[in-house]
Amino acid sequence: MTLFNKSAYPKRQQLRLGAFAAGTLVLAMSLSGCGPAATGPGAPGAEANTTRTAAAELSGTLNVYAAASLKTTFTVLANEFEAENPQVKVSLSFDGSSTLVTQITQGAPADVFASADNANMKKLSDAGLAKDSPVAFASNVLTLVVPPGNPANITSFADAAKPGVKLVVCAPQVPCGAATKADAAGAGLTLSPVSEELSVTSVLGKVTSGEADAGLVYVTDATTAGDKVISIPLDLANPTVNQYPIAAVSTTKVPELAQGFIALVTGTEGQKVLQNAGFGAP
Amino acid sequence: MPVLVLPKTSRPAARGHGRTWQYTGVPRWVYLVAAVGALFILLPLAGMVAQVNWGQFGALVTSESSVAALVLSLKTAAASTALCIVFGVPLALLLARAQFFGQRILRALILLPLVVPPVVGGLALLYTFGREGLIGKSLTVVGVNIAFSTTAVIMAQTFVALPFLVLSLEGTLRTAGQKYEAVAATLGARPGTVLRRITLPLVLPGLISGAVLSFARCLGEFGATLTFAGSLQGVTRTLPLEIYLQRETDPEAAVALSFLLIAVAVLVVALTYRAPKSPLRALVSQEDTP
Repeated sequence: MTLFNKSAYPKRQQLRLGAFAAGTLVLAMSLSGCGPAATGPGAPGAEANTTRTAAAELSGTLNVYAAASLKTTFTVLANEFEAENPQVKVSLSFDGSSTLVTQITQGAPADVFASADNANMKKLSDAGLAKDSPVAFASNVLTLVVPPGNPANITSFADAAKPGVKLVVCAPQVPCGAATKADAAGAGLTLSPVSEELSVTSVLGKVTSGEADAGLVYVTDATTAGDKVISIPLDLANPTVNQYPIAAVSTTKVPELAQGFIALVTGTEGQKVLQNAGFGAP
Repeated sequence: MPVLVLPKTSRPAARGHGRTWQYTGVPRWVYLVAAVGALFILLPLAGMVAQVNWGQFGALVTSESSVAALVLSLKTAAASTALCIVFGVPLALLLARAQFFGQRILRALILLPLVVPPVVGGLALLYTFGREGLIGKSLTVVGVNIAFSTTAVIMAQTFVALPFLVLSLEGTLRTAGQKYEAVAATLGARPGTVLRRITLPLVLPGLISGAVLSFARCLGEFGATLTFAGSLQGVTRTLPLEIYLQRETDPEAAVALSFLLIAVAVLVVALTYRAPKSPLRALVSQEDTP
Protein backbone atom coordinates (compact mmCIF):
# COMPACT_ATOMS: atom_id res chain seq x y z
CA MET A 1 0.00 0.00 0.00
CA THR A 2 1.34 3.38 -0.90
CA LEU A 3 0.98 5.98 1.76
CA PHE A 4 2.53 8.89 -0.01
CA ASN A 5 2.58 9.37 -3.72
CA LYS A 6 3.64 12.21 -5.93
CA SER A 7 0.74 14.44 -4.84
CA ALA A 8 1.93 14.22 -1.24
CA TYR A 9 4.46 16.92 -2.05
CA PRO A 10 2.87 20.15 -3.22
CA LYS A 11 4.15 21.27 -6.60
CA ARG A 12 5.50 24.53 -5.22
CA GLN A 13 7.63 22.73 -2.65
CA GLN A 14 9.11 20.51 -5.34
CA LEU A 15 10.03 23.57 -7.38
CA ARG A 16 11.61 25.25 -4.44
CA LEU A 17 13.72 22.23 -3.65
CA GLY A 18 14.78 21.97 -7.27
CA ALA A 19 15.78 25.61 -7.29
CA PHE A 20 17.71 25.07 -4.08
CA ALA A 21 19.67 22.19 -5.58
CA ALA A 22 20.37 24.14 -8.76
CA GLY A 23 21.44 27.15 -6.72
CA THR A 24 23.84 24.99 -4.76
CA LEU A 25 25.39 23.72 -7.97
CA VAL A 26 25.83 27.20 -9.38
CA LEU A 27 27.36 28.36 -6.12
CA ALA A 28 29.75 25.42 -6.05
CA MET A 29 30.76 26.05 -9.65
CA SER A 30 31.42 29.74 -9.18
CA LEU A 31 33.35 29.06 -5.98
CA SER A 32 35.59 26.61 -7.77
CA GLY A 33 36.10 29.14 -10.51
CA CYS A 34 34.81 26.97 -13.34
CA GLY A 35 31.71 29.02 -14.01
CA PRO A 36 31.52 31.99 -16.34
CA ALA A 37 31.08 34.26 -13.32
CA ALA A 38 34.80 34.67 -12.61
CA THR A 39 34.81 38.43 -12.80
CA GLY A 40 36.08 40.74 -10.11
CA PRO A 41 39.10 42.76 -9.21
CA GLY A 42 41.43 39.81 -9.76
CA ALA A 43 40.19 38.79 -13.21
CA PRO A 44 43.14 38.79 -15.59
CA GLY A 45 41.16 39.81 -18.69
CA ALA A 46 40.13 43.15 -17.30
CA GLU A 47 43.65 44.17 -16.41
CA ALA A 48 45.17 43.20 -19.71
CA ASN A 49 43.21 46.04 -21.28
CA THR A 50 44.21 48.64 -18.72
CA THR A 51 47.83 47.64 -19.11
CA ARG A 52 47.71 48.10 -22.86
CA THR A 53 46.09 51.53 -22.75
CA ALA A 54 48.50 52.92 -20.17
CA ALA A 55 51.84 51.63 -21.42
CA ALA A 56 53.84 54.11 -19.39
CA GLU A 57 52.28 53.21 -16.04
CA LEU A 58 51.84 49.51 -15.40
CA SER A 59 48.72 48.29 -13.65
CA GLY A 60 46.96 45.06 -12.83
CA THR A 61 47.67 41.89 -10.89
CA LEU A 62 50.75 39.77 -11.50
CA ASN A 63 50.75 36.15 -10.36
CA VAL A 64 54.26 34.98 -9.55
CA TYR A 65 54.86 31.27 -8.92
CA ALA A 66 58.24 30.81 -7.27
CA ALA A 67 60.24 28.01 -5.68
CA ALA A 68 59.89 27.76 -1.90
CA SER A 69 63.53 28.75 -1.35
CA LEU A 70 62.76 32.15 -2.90
CA LYS A 71 60.14 33.07 -0.31
CA THR A 72 62.10 35.72 1.59
CA THR A 73 63.78 37.37 -1.38
CA PHE A 74 60.79 37.37 -3.72
CA THR A 75 58.54 38.82 -1.01
CA VAL A 76 60.97 41.74 -0.71
CA LEU A 77 61.19 42.13 -4.50
CA ALA A 78 57.41 41.96 -4.91
CA ASN A 79 57.02 44.77 -2.38
CA GLU A 80 59.59 46.84 -4.28
CA PHE A 81 57.80 46.19 -7.56
CA GLU A 82 54.52 47.32 -6.02
CA ALA A 83 56.19 50.42 -4.59
CA GLU A 84 57.60 51.32 -8.02
CA ASN A 85 54.26 50.68 -9.72
CA PRO A 86 51.46 51.78 -7.38
CA GLN A 87 48.77 50.40 -9.70
CA VAL A 88 50.25 46.91 -9.60
CA LYS A 89 49.45 44.11 -7.18
CA VAL A 90 51.83 41.14 -7.04
CA SER A 91 50.33 37.87 -5.89
CA LEU A 92 52.96 35.33 -4.78
CA SER A 93 52.65 31.56 -4.64
CA PHE A 94 55.51 29.54 -3.14
CA ASP A 95 55.89 25.77 -3.29
CA GLY A 96 58.23 23.06 -4.53
CA SER A 97 59.19 23.76 -8.16
CA SER A 98 57.72 20.48 -9.38
CA THR A 99 54.40 21.17 -7.63
CA LEU A 100 54.24 24.63 -9.18
CA VAL A 101 55.07 23.46 -12.69
CA THR A 102 52.38 20.77 -12.43
CA GLN A 103 49.87 23.40 -11.36
CA ILE A 104 50.83 25.70 -14.25
CA THR A 105 50.60 22.95 -16.88
CA GLN A 106 47.18 22.08 -15.42
CA GLY A 107 46.02 25.63 -16.04
CA ALA A 108 46.89 27.60 -12.90
CA PRO A 109 46.86 31.35 -13.69
CA ALA A 110 50.60 32.01 -13.36
CA ASP A 111 52.25 34.92 -15.17
CA VAL A 112 55.84 34.32 -14.04
CA PHE A 113 57.51 31.08 -12.99
CA ALA A 114 60.79 31.01 -11.04
CA SER A 115 62.18 27.50 -10.64
CA ALA A 116 64.84 26.18 -8.27
CA ASP A 117 66.34 24.04 -11.03
CA ASN A 118 66.55 23.74 -14.78
CA ALA A 119 64.75 20.37 -14.86
CA ASN A 120 61.43 21.82 -13.74
CA MET A 121 61.80 24.87 -15.99
CA LYS A 122 62.35 22.44 -18.86
CA LYS A 123 58.97 20.85 -18.05
CA LEU A 124 57.40 24.28 -18.60
CA SER A 125 59.26 24.79 -21.89
CA ASP A 126 58.39 21.27 -23.05
CA ALA A 127 54.72 22.02 -22.44
CA GLY A 128 55.09 25.09 -24.69
CA LEU A 129 54.26 27.39 -21.80
CA ALA A 130 57.50 29.39 -21.49
CA LYS A 131 57.02 32.72 -23.28
CA ASP A 132 60.69 33.41 -24.04
CA SER A 133 63.71 31.30 -23.25
CA PRO A 134 64.23 31.19 -19.47
CA VAL A 135 66.88 33.42 -17.89
CA ALA A 136 69.13 32.27 -15.04
CA PHE A 137 68.96 34.79 -12.19
CA ALA A 138 70.60 33.09 -9.21
CA SER A 139 72.47 30.02 -8.07
CA ASN A 140 72.66 28.05 -4.88
CA VAL A 141 75.05 25.52 -3.37
CA LEU A 142 74.65 23.06 -0.53
CA THR A 143 76.06 23.42 2.93
CA LEU A 144 76.16 21.24 6.00
CA VAL A 145 74.14 22.49 8.98
CA VAL A 146 74.14 21.21 12.56
CA PRO A 147 72.01 22.20 15.57
CA PRO A 148 73.53 24.90 17.85
CA GLY A 149 74.95 22.40 20.38
CA ASN A 150 76.55 20.33 17.59
CA PRO A 151 75.77 17.10 19.51
CA ALA A 152 77.76 14.84 17.17
CA ASN A 153 80.82 17.14 17.03
CA ILE A 154 80.79 17.52 13.28
CA THR A 155 83.46 19.70 11.73
CA SER A 156 83.58 18.48 8.13
CA PHE A 157 81.51 16.83 5.40
CA ALA A 158 83.35 13.55 6.09
CA ASP A 159 82.24 13.64 9.76
CA ALA A 160 78.60 13.70 8.66
CA ALA A 161 79.09 10.46 6.72
CA LYS A 162 80.40 8.57 9.77
CA PRO A 163 78.27 5.74 11.14
CA GLY A 164 76.09 6.65 14.13
CA VAL A 165 75.62 10.23 12.97
CA LYS A 166 71.95 11.08 12.41
CA LEU A 167 72.28 12.71 9.01
CA VAL A 168 69.19 13.98 7.19
CA VAL A 169 69.24 14.80 3.48
CA CYS A 170 66.81 15.41 0.61
CA ALA A 171 65.57 12.40 -1.36
CA PRO A 172 67.39 12.05 -4.71
CA GLN A 173 64.13 12.70 -6.57
CA VAL A 174 63.95 16.35 -5.44
CA PRO A 175 66.48 18.98 -6.68
CA CYS A 176 68.34 19.36 -3.37
CA GLY A 177 68.66 15.56 -3.16
CA ALA A 178 70.12 15.33 -6.65
CA ALA A 179 72.69 17.94 -5.61
CA THR A 180 73.41 16.01 -2.40
CA LYS A 181 74.06 12.83 -4.35
CA ALA A 182 76.41 14.62 -6.73
CA ASP A 183 78.29 16.38 -3.94
CA ALA A 184 78.74 13.16 -1.97
CA ALA A 185 80.11 11.48 -5.07
CA GLY A 186 82.38 14.49 -5.64
CA ALA A 187 83.76 14.19 -2.11
CA GLY A 188 84.12 10.42 -2.45
CA LEU A 189 81.74 9.83 0.47
CA THR A 190 78.98 7.28 0.95
CA LEU A 191 76.19 8.85 2.96
CA SER A 192 73.95 6.74 5.17
CA PRO A 193 71.15 9.15 6.11
CA VAL A 194 68.50 8.28 8.71
CA SER A 195 65.94 10.07 6.57
CA GLU A 196 65.60 11.26 2.97
CA GLU A 197 63.13 14.11 3.24
CA LEU A 198 60.75 15.25 0.52
CA SER A 199 61.80 18.89 0.68
CA VAL A 200 64.75 20.96 1.83
CA THR A 201 62.57 22.75 4.38
CA SER A 202 61.87 19.38 6.05
CA VAL A 203 65.61 18.74 6.30
CA LEU A 204 66.12 22.15 7.90
CA GLY A 205 63.22 21.50 10.29
CA LYS A 206 64.75 18.23 11.46
CA VAL A 207 68.03 20.05 12.22
CA THR A 208 66.56 23.16 13.90
CA SER A 209 64.40 20.96 16.13
CA GLY A 210 67.55 19.10 17.22
CA GLU A 211 66.18 15.81 15.93
CA ALA A 212 69.05 15.30 13.51
CA ASP A 213 72.80 15.66 14.13
CA ALA A 214 73.38 17.16 10.71
CA GLY A 215 71.61 18.00 7.48
CA LEU A 216 72.45 19.10 3.97
CA VAL A 217 70.57 22.23 2.90
CA TYR A 218 71.12 25.18 0.57
CA VAL A 219 73.35 28.01 1.74
CA THR A 220 70.31 30.31 1.56
CA ASP A 221 68.34 28.06 3.91
CA ALA A 222 71.17 28.23 6.41
CA THR A 223 71.19 32.04 6.08
CA THR A 224 67.43 32.17 6.71
CA ALA A 225 67.69 29.89 9.76
CA GLY A 226 70.12 32.34 11.36
CA ASP A 227 71.45 31.21 14.75
CA LYS A 228 69.15 28.17 14.88
CA VAL A 229 71.86 26.26 12.99
CA ILE A 230 75.62 26.29 12.57
CA SER A 231 76.82 26.15 8.96
CA ILE A 232 79.79 24.04 7.99
CA PRO A 233 80.97 24.61 4.39
CA LEU A 234 81.40 21.46 2.32
CA ASP A 235 84.79 22.62 0.92
CA LEU A 236 84.38 20.86 -2.38
CA ALA A 237 86.60 21.43 -5.40
CA ASN A 238 83.60 21.27 -7.74
CA PRO A 239 80.41 21.86 -5.79
CA THR A 240 77.09 21.22 -7.52
CA VAL A 241 75.63 24.59 -8.42
CA ASN A 242 71.85 24.78 -8.78
CA GLN A 243 70.73 27.32 -11.35
CA TYR A 244 67.51 29.27 -10.76
CA PRO A 245 65.81 30.17 -14.06
CA ILE A 246 62.86 32.56 -14.46
CA ALA A 247 60.43 32.91 -17.36
CA ALA A 248 57.11 34.50 -18.25
CA VAL A 249 54.31 32.01 -18.82
CA SER A 250 53.06 32.16 -22.42
CA THR A 251 49.39 32.28 -21.40
CA THR A 252 49.89 35.47 -19.37
CA LYS A 253 47.42 38.29 -19.89
CA VAL A 254 49.85 40.84 -18.44
CA PRO A 255 53.08 40.33 -20.44
CA GLU A 256 54.36 43.86 -19.69
CA LEU A 257 54.05 43.24 -15.95
CA ALA A 258 55.77 39.87 -16.27
CA GLN A 259 58.65 41.43 -18.23
CA GLY A 260 58.90 44.25 -15.70
CA PHE A 261 59.14 41.87 -12.78
CA ILE A 262 61.72 39.64 -14.52
CA ALA A 263 63.75 42.77 -15.28
CA LEU A 264 63.68 43.70 -11.60
CA VAL A 265 64.81 40.20 -10.52
CA THR A 266 67.65 40.01 -13.05
CA GLY A 267 68.62 43.68 -12.62
CA THR A 268 71.01 45.26 -10.14
CA GLU A 269 68.40 45.75 -7.44
CA GLY A 270 67.14 42.17 -7.59
CA GLN A 271 70.63 40.72 -7.64
CA LYS A 272 71.55 42.73 -4.53
CA VAL A 273 68.56 41.34 -2.61
CA LEU A 274 69.27 37.79 -3.75
CA GLN A 275 72.97 37.89 -2.96
CA ASN A 276 72.30 39.37 0.49
CA ALA A 277 70.25 36.25 1.18
CA GLY A 278 73.15 34.00 0.24
CA PHE A 279 72.35 33.27 -3.41
CA GLY A 280 75.25 33.12 -5.82
CA ALA A 281 75.43 35.01 -9.11
CA PRO A 282 73.76 33.10 -11.96
CA MET B 1 7.53 6.36 -7.45
CA PRO B 2 6.13 5.14 -4.12
CA VAL B 3 8.02 6.78 -1.35
CA LEU B 4 6.87 4.59 1.49
CA VAL B 5 5.79 1.00 1.16
CA LEU B 6 4.23 -0.99 3.96
CA PRO B 7 4.57 -4.75 4.17
CA LYS B 8 1.46 -6.67 3.01
CA THR B 9 0.21 -7.28 6.53
CA SER B 10 -1.38 -4.04 7.52
CA ARG B 11 -0.38 -4.07 11.20
CA PRO B 12 2.76 -6.18 11.39
CA ALA B 13 4.02 -4.62 14.59
CA ALA B 14 1.14 -6.17 16.48
CA ARG B 15 2.03 -9.64 15.25
CA GLY B 16 5.16 -9.72 17.35
CA HIS B 17 8.18 -11.71 16.25
CA GLY B 18 7.65 -11.70 12.47
CA ARG B 19 8.78 -8.90 10.24
CA THR B 20 9.47 -5.61 11.90
CA TRP B 21 7.95 -2.58 10.30
CA GLN B 22 10.50 0.03 9.33
CA TYR B 23 9.96 3.52 8.10
CA THR B 24 12.05 4.08 4.98
CA GLY B 25 10.58 7.22 3.47
CA VAL B 26 13.11 9.59 1.91
CA PRO B 27 12.06 12.78 0.11
CA ARG B 28 13.01 12.65 -3.56
CA TRP B 29 15.15 15.81 -3.53
CA VAL B 30 17.42 14.09 -1.07
CA TYR B 31 18.35 11.63 -3.84
CA LEU B 32 19.35 14.51 -6.11
CA VAL B 33 21.55 16.29 -3.60
CA ALA B 34 23.01 12.97 -2.41
CA ALA B 35 23.86 12.10 -6.03
CA VAL B 36 25.77 15.39 -6.39
CA GLY B 37 27.61 14.58 -3.16
CA ALA B 38 28.48 11.07 -4.34
CA LEU B 39 29.66 12.37 -7.72
CA PHE B 40 31.89 14.88 -6.00
CA ILE B 41 33.70 11.98 -4.32
CA LEU B 42 33.62 9.56 -7.23
CA LEU B 43 34.52 11.83 -10.17
CA PRO B 44 38.05 12.66 -8.95
CA LEU B 45 38.62 8.92 -8.43
CA ALA B 46 37.50 8.31 -12.00
CA GLY B 47 39.76 11.13 -13.16
CA MET B 48 42.72 9.46 -11.50
CA VAL B 49 41.88 6.00 -12.80
CA ALA B 50 41.75 7.51 -16.30
CA GLN B 51 45.35 8.66 -15.82
CA VAL B 52 46.69 5.22 -14.90
CA ASN B 53 49.04 3.81 -17.51
CA TRP B 54 47.69 0.25 -17.46
CA GLY B 55 50.36 -1.13 -19.78
CA GLN B 56 53.05 -0.18 -17.27
CA PHE B 57 50.93 -0.64 -14.15
CA GLY B 58 52.50 -3.94 -13.08
CA ALA B 59 56.05 -2.71 -13.53
CA LEU B 60 55.31 0.60 -11.79
CA VAL B 61 53.81 -0.90 -8.63
CA THR B 62 56.27 -3.77 -8.30
CA SER B 63 59.41 -1.65 -8.29
CA GLU B 64 61.59 -2.20 -5.23
CA SER B 65 60.68 1.09 -3.59
CA SER B 66 56.95 0.65 -4.23
CA VAL B 67 56.84 -2.83 -2.71
CA ALA B 68 58.87 -1.67 0.29
CA ALA B 69 56.43 1.20 0.82
CA LEU B 70 53.35 -1.00 0.48
CA VAL B 71 54.67 -3.65 2.88
CA LEU B 72 55.67 -0.98 5.40
CA SER B 73 52.27 0.69 5.12
CA LEU B 74 50.36 -2.53 5.69
CA LYS B 75 52.57 -3.59 8.61
CA THR B 76 52.47 -0.24 10.39
CA ALA B 77 48.74 0.26 9.80
CA ALA B 78 48.04 -3.20 11.26
CA ALA B 79 50.20 -2.49 14.32
CA SER B 80 48.61 0.94 14.80
CA THR B 81 45.09 -0.49 14.52
CA ALA B 82 45.97 -3.05 17.20
CA LEU B 83 47.18 -0.20 19.45
CA CYS B 84 44.01 1.75 18.70
CA ILE B 85 41.94 -1.22 19.89
CA VAL B 86 44.06 -1.76 23.00
CA PHE B 87 43.79 1.87 24.11
CA GLY B 88 40.59 2.88 22.35
CA VAL B 89 38.24 0.30 23.88
CA PRO B 90 38.94 1.32 27.51
CA LEU B 91 38.71 4.99 26.54
CA ALA B 92 35.36 4.50 24.83
CA LEU B 93 34.09 2.48 27.80
CA LEU B 94 35.05 5.22 30.23
CA LEU B 95 33.53 7.94 28.08
CA ALA B 96 30.26 6.05 27.54
CA ARG B 97 29.77 4.29 30.86
CA ALA B 98 31.70 5.96 33.65
CA GLN B 99 31.05 9.37 35.14
CA PHE B 100 33.92 11.39 36.41
CA PHE B 101 35.16 14.94 36.74
CA GLY B 102 36.48 16.38 33.49
CA GLN B 103 34.86 13.72 31.31
CA ARG B 104 33.59 16.19 28.73
CA ILE B 105 36.97 17.91 28.50
CA LEU B 106 38.67 14.53 28.10
CA ARG B 107 36.32 13.63 25.24
CA ALA B 108 36.96 16.94 23.50
CA LEU B 109 40.74 16.55 23.85
CA ILE B 110 40.78 12.94 22.64
CA LEU B 111 38.92 13.95 19.51
CA LEU B 112 41.46 16.71 18.85
CA PRO B 113 43.53 14.70 16.32
CA LEU B 114 40.40 14.61 14.15
CA VAL B 115 40.30 18.36 13.80
CA VAL B 116 43.92 19.51 13.89
CA PRO B 117 45.97 19.18 10.69
CA PRO B 118 48.15 16.03 10.80
CA VAL B 119 51.27 18.18 10.42
CA VAL B 120 50.38 19.84 13.72
CA GLY B 121 49.95 16.39 15.26
CA GLY B 122 53.38 15.44 13.96
CA LEU B 123 54.92 18.57 15.47
CA ALA B 124 53.22 17.84 18.79
CA LEU B 125 54.66 14.31 18.76
CA LEU B 126 58.07 15.69 17.81
CA TYR B 127 58.10 18.14 20.71
CA THR B 128 57.02 15.34 23.06
CA PHE B 129 58.89 12.24 21.95
CA GLY B 130 61.63 13.85 19.85
CA ARG B 131 65.23 13.95 21.03
CA GLU B 132 64.78 17.41 22.56
CA GLY B 133 61.14 16.77 23.51
CA LEU B 134 59.27 16.72 26.79
CA ILE B 135 59.57 12.96 27.32
CA GLY B 136 62.02 12.20 24.53
CA LYS B 137 64.85 13.90 26.42
CA SER B 138 64.61 11.35 29.25
CA LEU B 139 64.12 8.51 26.78
CA THR B 140 67.32 9.48 25.00
CA VAL B 141 69.18 9.29 28.29
CA VAL B 142 68.13 5.65 28.74
CA GLY B 143 69.05 4.92 25.13
CA VAL B 144 65.61 4.90 23.52
CA ASN B 145 65.47 6.75 20.22
CA ILE B 146 62.08 7.01 18.59
CA ALA B 147 62.64 9.55 15.83
CA PHE B 148 63.45 8.18 12.35
CA SER B 149 62.26 4.68 13.34
CA THR B 150 59.29 2.54 12.34
CA THR B 151 58.05 3.02 15.92
CA ALA B 152 57.65 6.71 15.15
CA VAL B 153 55.50 5.85 12.10
CA ILE B 154 53.25 3.64 14.24
CA MET B 155 52.97 6.35 16.90
CA ALA B 156 52.01 8.98 14.33
CA GLN B 157 49.38 6.68 12.82
CA THR B 158 47.95 5.70 16.21
CA PHE B 159 47.76 9.35 17.19
CA VAL B 160 45.64 10.34 14.21
CA ALA B 161 43.53 7.15 14.04
CA LEU B 162 42.64 6.61 17.71
CA PRO B 163 39.71 9.08 17.75
CA PHE B 164 38.02 7.17 14.91
CA LEU B 165 37.81 4.04 17.03
CA VAL B 166 36.86 5.84 20.25
CA LEU B 167 34.15 7.90 18.53
CA SER B 168 32.65 4.93 16.71
CA LEU B 169 32.69 2.62 19.73
CA GLU B 170 31.40 5.22 22.18
CA GLY B 171 28.41 5.85 19.91
CA THR B 172 27.65 2.14 19.69
CA LEU B 173 27.96 1.74 23.47
CA ARG B 174 25.52 4.56 24.05
CA THR B 175 22.93 3.24 21.59
CA ALA B 176 23.29 -0.26 23.01
CA GLY B 177 22.20 0.98 26.41
CA GLN B 178 22.82 -0.78 29.70
CA LYS B 179 19.69 -2.92 30.06
CA TYR B 180 21.38 -6.25 29.42
CA GLU B 181 24.42 -5.30 31.46
CA ALA B 182 22.15 -4.45 34.40
CA VAL B 183 20.29 -7.74 34.09
CA ALA B 184 23.54 -9.70 34.00
CA ALA B 185 24.77 -7.82 37.05
CA THR B 186 21.59 -8.55 39.02
CA LEU B 187 22.11 -12.21 38.16
CA GLY B 188 25.45 -12.03 39.90
CA ALA B 189 27.90 -11.39 37.06
CA ARG B 190 30.92 -9.37 38.08
CA PRO B 191 31.86 -6.22 36.04
CA GLY B 192 34.61 -8.16 34.24
CA THR B 193 32.20 -10.90 33.24
CA VAL B 194 29.57 -8.38 32.13
CA LEU B 195 32.17 -6.63 29.95
CA ARG B 196 33.36 -9.91 28.41
CA ARG B 197 30.04 -11.73 28.00
CA ILE B 198 27.54 -8.91 27.42
CA THR B 199 29.05 -5.52 26.53
CA LEU B 200 31.77 -6.50 24.08
CA PRO B 201 29.67 -9.02 22.08
CA LEU B 202 26.90 -6.44 21.95
CA VAL B 203 29.11 -3.68 20.51
CA LEU B 204 31.31 -5.92 18.35
CA PRO B 205 29.93 -4.51 15.06
CA GLY B 206 30.74 -0.98 16.23
CA LEU B 207 34.20 -2.08 17.34
CA ILE B 208 34.91 -3.69 13.97
CA SER B 209 33.75 -0.71 11.95
CA GLY B 210 35.76 1.59 14.23
CA ALA B 211 38.86 -0.57 13.75
CA VAL B 212 38.38 -0.57 9.97
CA LEU B 213 38.05 3.21 9.89
CA SER B 214 41.21 3.49 11.99
CA PHE B 215 43.09 1.12 9.68
CA ALA B 216 42.04 3.13 6.64
CA ARG B 217 43.10 6.36 8.33
CA CYS B 218 46.49 4.81 9.21
CA LEU B 219 46.98 3.72 5.62
CA GLY B 220 46.46 7.26 4.38
CA GLU B 221 48.49 9.01 7.09
CA PHE B 222 50.98 11.47 5.62
CA GLY B 223 51.49 14.75 7.47
CA ALA B 224 52.22 13.49 10.97
CA THR B 225 54.50 10.74 9.65
CA LEU B 226 56.47 13.18 7.51
CA THR B 227 56.92 15.64 10.37
CA PHE B 228 57.66 13.16 13.13
CA ALA B 229 59.19 10.05 11.55
CA GLY B 230 61.03 11.23 8.46
CA SER B 231 61.23 9.34 5.20
CA LEU B 232 63.54 6.40 4.50
CA GLN B 233 62.80 3.46 2.24
CA GLY B 234 61.69 0.38 4.16
CA VAL B 235 61.91 2.15 7.54
CA THR B 236 59.65 5.18 7.56
CA ARG B 237 58.63 5.83 3.96
CA THR B 238 55.03 4.63 3.82
CA LEU B 239 52.95 4.50 0.64
CA PRO B 240 51.60 8.08 0.85
CA LEU B 241 55.14 9.43 1.31
CA GLU B 242 56.37 7.31 -1.60
CA ILE B 243 53.55 8.67 -3.78
CA TYR B 244 54.45 12.23 -2.88
CA LEU B 245 58.10 11.56 -3.69
CA GLN B 246 57.46 9.71 -6.97
CA ARG B 247 55.29 12.62 -8.09
CA GLU B 248 58.49 14.71 -8.27
CA THR B 249 60.10 12.68 -11.01
CA ASP B 250 57.68 10.02 -12.18
CA PRO B 251 54.04 11.15 -12.13
CA GLU B 252 52.97 7.87 -13.78
CA ALA B 253 54.37 5.85 -10.89
CA ALA B 254 52.65 8.22 -8.44
CA VAL B 255 49.29 7.69 -10.16
CA ALA B 256 49.76 3.91 -10.26
CA LEU B 257 50.65 3.84 -6.55
CA SER B 258 47.71 6.10 -5.71
CA PHE B 259 45.42 3.64 -7.46
CA LEU B 260 47.01 0.79 -5.53
CA LEU B 261 46.47 2.61 -2.23
CA ILE B 262 42.83 3.29 -3.07
CA ALA B 263 42.33 -0.33 -4.14
CA VAL B 264 43.78 -1.65 -0.87
CA ALA B 265 41.66 0.77 1.18
CA VAL B 266 38.47 -0.06 -0.73
CA LEU B 267 39.16 -3.77 -0.39
CA VAL B 268 39.71 -3.57 3.37
CA VAL B 269 36.69 -1.36 3.96
CA ALA B 270 34.37 -3.32 1.66
CA LEU B 271 35.35 -6.64 3.20
CA THR B 272 34.90 -5.63 6.80
CA TYR B 273 32.88 -2.45 7.16
CA ARG B 274 29.17 -2.79 7.75
CA ALA B 275 26.85 0.11 8.46
CA PRO B 276 26.26 0.05 12.20
CA LYS B 277 23.29 -2.24 12.87
CA SER B 278 20.84 -1.43 15.58
CA PRO B 279 22.48 -3.01 18.65
CA LEU B 280 19.18 -4.58 19.64
CA ARG B 281 19.00 -6.42 16.34
CA ALA B 282 22.60 -7.53 16.75
CA LEU B 283 21.65 -9.12 20.05
CA VAL B 284 18.54 -10.70 18.54
CA SER B 285 20.53 -12.23 15.69
CA GLN B 286 23.01 -13.53 18.28
CA GLU B 287 20.18 -15.23 20.09
CA ASP B 288 19.11 -16.78 16.80
CA THR B 289 22.51 -18.34 16.32
CA PRO B 290 23.79 -19.36 19.70
